[in-house]
Amino acid sequence: MENNVILSVKDLRVVFEDGFVALGGVSLDIGKNEFVTLLGPSGCGKTTLLRCIGGFEKPTSGEILYKGEDIIHLPPYKRAINTVFQRYALFPHLNVAQNVAFGPDLRGEDKKKTALEVSRMLEMVGLAGYEKRKISSLSGGQQQRVAIARALINKPDVLLLDEPLAALDLKLRREMQLELKRIQRESGITFIFVTHDQEEALTMSDRVAVMRSGEILQLGTPEDIYNEPQSAFVADFIGDSNILAGTMVRDRLVRFLNCEFPCVDGGFGEQAEVDIVVRPEDLKLRTMEDPIEGVPQGVVESLLFKGVHYEMKVRSGDSVLLVHSTHARPVGTRVKMFVAPEDIQVMHKSDCSPDVLKRHADRAK
Amino acid sequence: MNWKRRIRKAYIGLIMAFLYAPIVMLILYSFNNSKSRAQWGGFTLKWYRELFTDEAIMGALGTTLSVGFLAAAISTVLGTFGAIALFQMKRRPRQAMMSIVNLPMLNSEVVTGVSLMLLYAMAHIQLGYVTLLLSHIAFCVPYVVLSVMPKLRQLDPNLAEAAQDLGATPLQGFFRVILPDIMPGVFSGFIMALTMSIDDFVVSFFTTGSGVSNLSITIYTMAKRGISPKINALSTIIFVCVFVLLIGINLQDLKKDDGSGKKVEKVRIPY
Amino acid sequence: MKNKALTLPFVLWAMIFIVVPLVMIVWYGVTIEEPIPYTEIIQPDGSVIYELENGSRTTEKPWQKRAVVSLSNFKRMLEPTYLRLLLRSLKVAVITTVICLALGYPVALILTGRDFKRPALWLMLLILPMWMNFLLRTYSWMSILENSGILNSWIARLREAIPVLDEWLLARGVRRRIIFLYNENAVILGMVYNYLSFMIMPIYTVIEKIDRSLLEAAADLGASPAKSFMRVTLPYSLPGVLEGITMVFVPAVTTFVISQLMGGGKVPLIGDIIQNQFGKSSDWHFGATLSLLVMVVVLAFMGALGRIDKEDEQSKEVRIL
Repeated sequence: MENNVILSVKDLRVVFEDGFVALGGVSLDIGKNEFVTLLGPSGCGKTTLLRCIGGFEKPTSGEILYKGEDIIHLPPYKRAINTVFQRYALFPHLNVAQNVAFGPDLRGEDKKKTALEVSRMLEMVGLAGYEKRKISSLSGGQQQRVAIARALINKPDVLLLDEPLAALDLKLRREMQLELKRIQRESGITFIFVTHDQEEALTMSDRVAVMRSGEILQLGTPEDIYNEPQSAFVADFIGDSNILAGTMVRDRLVRFLNCEFPCVDGGFGEQAEVDIVVRPEDLKLRTMEDPIEGVPQGVVESLLFKGVHYEMKVRSGDSVLLVHSTHARPVGTRVKMFVAPEDIQVMHKSDCSPDVLKRHADRAK
Repeated sequence: MNWKRRIRKAYIGLIMAFLYAPIVMLILYSFNNSKSRAQWGGFTLKWYRELFTDEAIMGALGTTLSVGFLAAAISTVLGTFGAIALFQMKRRPRQAMMSIVNLPMLNSEVVTGVSLMLLYAMAHIQLGYVTLLLSHIAFCVPYVVLSVMPKLRQLDPNLAEAAQDLGATPLQGFFRVILPDIMPGVFSGFIMALTMSIDDFVVSFFTTGSGVSNLSITIYTMAKRGISPKINALSTIIFVCVFVLLIGINLQDLKKDDGSGKKVEKVRIPY
Repeated sequence: MKNKALTLPFVLWAMIFIVVPLVMIVWYGVTIEEPIPYTEIIQPDGSVIYELENGSRTTEKPWQKRAVVSLSNFKRMLEPTYLRLLLRSLKVAVITTVICLALGYPVALILTGRDFKRPALWLMLLILPMWMNFLLRTYSWMSILENSGILNSWIARLREAIPVLDEWLLARGVRRRIIFLYNENAVILGMVYNYLSFMIMPIYTVIEKIDRSLLEAAADLGASPAKSFMRVTLPYSLPGVLEGITMVFVPAVTTFVISQLMGGGKVPLIGDIIQNQFGKSSDWHFGATLSLLVMVVVLAFMGALGRIDKEDEQSKEVRIL
């Protein structure tokens, strides 16, 4: 792993002049050919981190090692890293080909060679034959592709993408997600991708870093992040979830919704206050006739058809739980709820637990 | 309904007549072979001949043009970089600087003229061509800033960064990306500065000296003494030049809008 | 590029050419010149030695002057002569502004309507005379209105051709040569001619930007054209009107060219007096005091129109260089 690392961020801090801490000591290793996504709500520092790597923001302290060398003092134009900006930042007075050829032209490369390379790049992003078109005549998706081609023609080892799909409509966004993934695989370039869209992050990335308030809360594969969130914030941010306050009775036994559940987690200490995440699809509803004992009961309060599944809200005491199931239960039905031990994710309390718990409790109103 | 429309058109016609009548008169009488305006003495070009041999007027014309183009060029450079400097400042200092830069536009020309004259007096600079040029630059720069600033605001905020990202130094980025993009603003700033400079009398009056006088000052002294048909000839030439220049500048824009009824016509007229 | 390398020259320029000159006006305005004080010491041999305040002595009578802070120029400014001049300047400027607004607003309104296929072209033609030199524009009216000017010669010819008319006019006390120039009306005419486009342009720009769907919506809701003008066009065009008023009033209140050429020096305005102080009378201090007065009048006027604090639309900091 160690010699596979291409970019290494070490204890990076960015404090703005007004005292706002944009990044509070972030460390991150990124491997060759990896697709890493920085995911978080606006203001979490993900764009600041990207801008530091690109050279557009000067960190207050910390290191950014590129192939083992500190590049913090290099201006953007001396870094072998290219960026795709949120609103593409294409040069409006140049046509498509001139935009793509901007980097090679600056380096004084052979015009004919560049022209060939430009055509090859445009073909790769699906814009073959668009060379002479004006930027203003392109659609958002096409501009996006030009921006990618303009960056890739410089053969960077690392490509930074700052919410590049945010301005596109849903359908186009899905298309571009696949397209980007394909380009990354074919080109073998490391992608660092910034987004606030968790679905986007989960579908495209090799690894996801979930950020909040200038820190990385959790770094892992999309499966890890989804199935084993390490804090209420991550659980809440990624996908739909039920987040509940609970108590660890002892290792492998947790109490919430006034019932005790066997689980797979331990090491929290006896009677420790914890947060519990149960994904809506992991809550199984049983009829009252089911012989299962010692599980919470509830009443179906609402039922929505969502295409692939039904979404139900089930009230149990003070809590309202979100349930996804392919099986509809009419509103008013009394049900028993069952959760498999491996589907219960137990987490330490964190500073944002109160917020998240309150929001989830508000669903009950 | 039709008569209302006719009234509206007639009104515009009347205003046009008011604005053009004196100019038409000047042009007509510039060909009049009689020194008095009271009678028509036949067609002649002698006033034009006299005009071109009048060293005072020709010298003044030269001064006006050289000061105009120099002041416009220098203030365009200064104003463009100034606008960028202002644009990059933090909010508070920017607002403070903006109010300072706007002062000459808020102030009357008399105050600007007098204040610059006192400045040169304090610095013991002899009034003449240099002070005239400096003063014209001084009152032109704010207009350039004014016309470049909106273009900067319209810029994609990542444009300069994108250029640097692709390997351009900040200066390369400026000349290859930023400047072409804000060019319309820079150009209209230049034209505005040129017009302001050529048109100016008041500031020039206070800040020139030692025999250096531009067209405005020369006409002022001549007009106080009485009217000379040579000035009619001069006016005619200037009017024709301006007419050709303005039509030329705007012809392309007007052509572009041909046919497309909905598109709002844009005309570059500094005012 | 370092921000300072860009900012510093510009700030320096603004200081030297905007701030310092204004400070100079204030300084000259609140000071007067007086001879430096000295005491005469009569020597035993009868010769006189002059001792200055700093103790240095000379045998020659000191001639230097020095500037001392004094408000006497402000007192002088408040003398009826000058106040009357100021009042006349204000009156002339206000009349000019009102006429320009009354003539110019309909022009802007008509041009933005549907009567003209090429409104911008017409606007350009209306503005074109303004591209000629300011002095030439004024001069052109002089040559028409002069006592022996074009208009009078035409009138004279008309009267020669129609003796009845001539007699009728003479009976009414209208002289053969009508004096058009050298009075307040001529000055106002010159100002209106020179500044009319300053009124048309900003109003046109603002009305042109009004969303047509607003007017259509007003009509749809049953507003008559007059009503939708009062409710939509007029309020939306107000910023342009204010800008136009400023652009006409400020030069009108301070000009001295038009009053001298069209008024022939018989209608002196405050600008003429300022110009005099820097010319014939050569009292720079009083000239500066009067300039201060003009500055205050103009700033007060703009303050009243709420045009000084233009809001700053830019919220984000962006680096370009």
